[in-house]
Amino acid sequence: MSEVRYTDQHEWIRLEGDEATVGITKYAAESLGDVVFVELPPLAKTVTAGGEAAVVESVKAASDIYAPAGGTVTAANSALEKEPSKVNEDPEGAGWFFKLKLADAGEFAKLMDAAAYAKFVEGL
Amino acid sequence: MTLTTQVLRRTPLHALHIALGARMVPFAGYEMPVQYPAGVLKEHLHTREKAGLFDVSHMGQAFLAGDTAALERLTPADVAGLKEGMQRYGLLLTDAGTIKDDFMFSRLQGEADLYVVVNADTKEGDFALIAGKLAGAATLTPRPDRALLALQGPAAAAVLERHSPGISELTFMKVGRATVAGCPAIVSRTGYTGEDGFEISLEGEDAEKVARTLLAEAEVLPIGLGARDSLRLEAGLCLYGHDIDETRNPAEASLMWSVGKRRKEAKDFPGAAATLGPQAIKRVGLRPDGRAPAREGTEIADKTGRIIGKVTSGGFGPSLNAPMAMGYVESVFAVNGTPVDLIVRGKALPATISPMPFVPHTYRR
Repeated sequence: MSEVRYTDQHEWIRLEGDEATVGITKYAAESLGDVVFVELPPLAKTVTAGGEAAVVESVKAASDIYAPAGGTVTAANSALEKEPSKVNEDPEGAGWFFKLKLADAGEFAKLMDAAAYAKFVEGL
Repeated sequence: MTLTTQVLRRTPLHALHIALGARMVPFAGYEMPVQYPAGVLKEHLHTREKAGLFDVSHMGQAFLAGDTAALERLTPADVAGLKEGMQRYGLLLTDAGTIKDDFMFSRLQGEADLYVVVNADTKEGDFALIAGKLAGAATLTPRPDRALLALQGPAAAAVLERHSPGISELTFMKVGRATVAGCPAIVSRTGYTGEDGFEISLEGEDAEKVARTLLAEAEVLPIGLGARDSLRLEAGLCLYGHDIDETRNPAEASLMWSVGKRRKEAKDFPGAAATLGPQAIKRVGLRPDGRAPAREGTEIADKTGRIIGKVTSGGFGPSLNAPMAMGYVESVFAVNGTPVDLIVRGKALPATISPMPFVPHTYRR
């Protein structure tokens, strides 16, 4: 059983047990354009909610990826280093960035659900 | 709250861009396509593999009549020596000899006037400068009513030949009047991608018909400003306002090849003494070691960590399949093969001073 939440910075976070997977939304991937480089956080790095956690570079520009919730990095999708285009091909699946052990599940609960995020994007 | 009313101008191809699904952005006072549905990466690669069509109608076209050689008051290029049927690249200089703009100028067969094309963002200032400095000698007539298309890529010649028989006889940097898809045009074998290709100046009202005719060819895709930038950077070509501006002279900018031999000997252009003397900094190419691009503004350090320069254009080269940049460094470091560091997000990213173009030019000489 997993639950997905979204940030207003267009990251998604999927919680399974106490581990959460983070990536960027389809909307973000389309806005960025073709991704050519991804900088992932090192394992065991501590991140805070809204803090810089990764970098994604498209042919157009560099963008920071923020941690949707605080925690400790438990995995990074190193496949993106060789194939950054996975972010465009499958942003909410194979194009995930990193996994976190959440420090506070309450931070997750405060994020937008799919319906709220869809409404948010519609208003942009 | 600040209310700014900026009315963006439109090129004669505006409706076509919208119909093609372009993402439009403000650029140099115009509403321009930054990309089409294919996206920057595919548009870039398509141009290098087949052919891409660019709308560059925002650029400043004009005709100079009278004593056209008087343009040498403003440029170190050899204007007087330009033969009929030839186009040339030149720099427009400030009184101090720094770079006001870069431009192309042509002498058409059997015509006395000089046809000039300057950058979009700078055209008003350029035209005012030329008109002012040449007053009494030559008269400049801007032609904002004209459109300008670029057809670039290895298939460009074959495609254009179908709609302008004989046009492929023009070789690199040659120019002539021609008929394209039944419309009168000025065609030059030039471009801003490093590829073989053409620039086609048309009456504004003919532009959409010609563009649609060329886009109907299987080899041709429309290409936006995004891919135009990555293509020109791979080709090592300067973008005015970024790689060259009024703080740089032609020698610092490594553009001395555009200064006429006669002009160097006569030292008769603005700032000649400074430009022909030693330079503290030089424009160079840079190849970062990894895959992380270094963007405009990135500091360049030597291996001891001392800052020796700054990146003026940087990104990822889709054809190079690697990041690339250009920038200015202290002249002693402006030697190909010199290892440096690029300071990206606080970290030193190893890079090497590298020759340009990053992707070989394929001009048809």
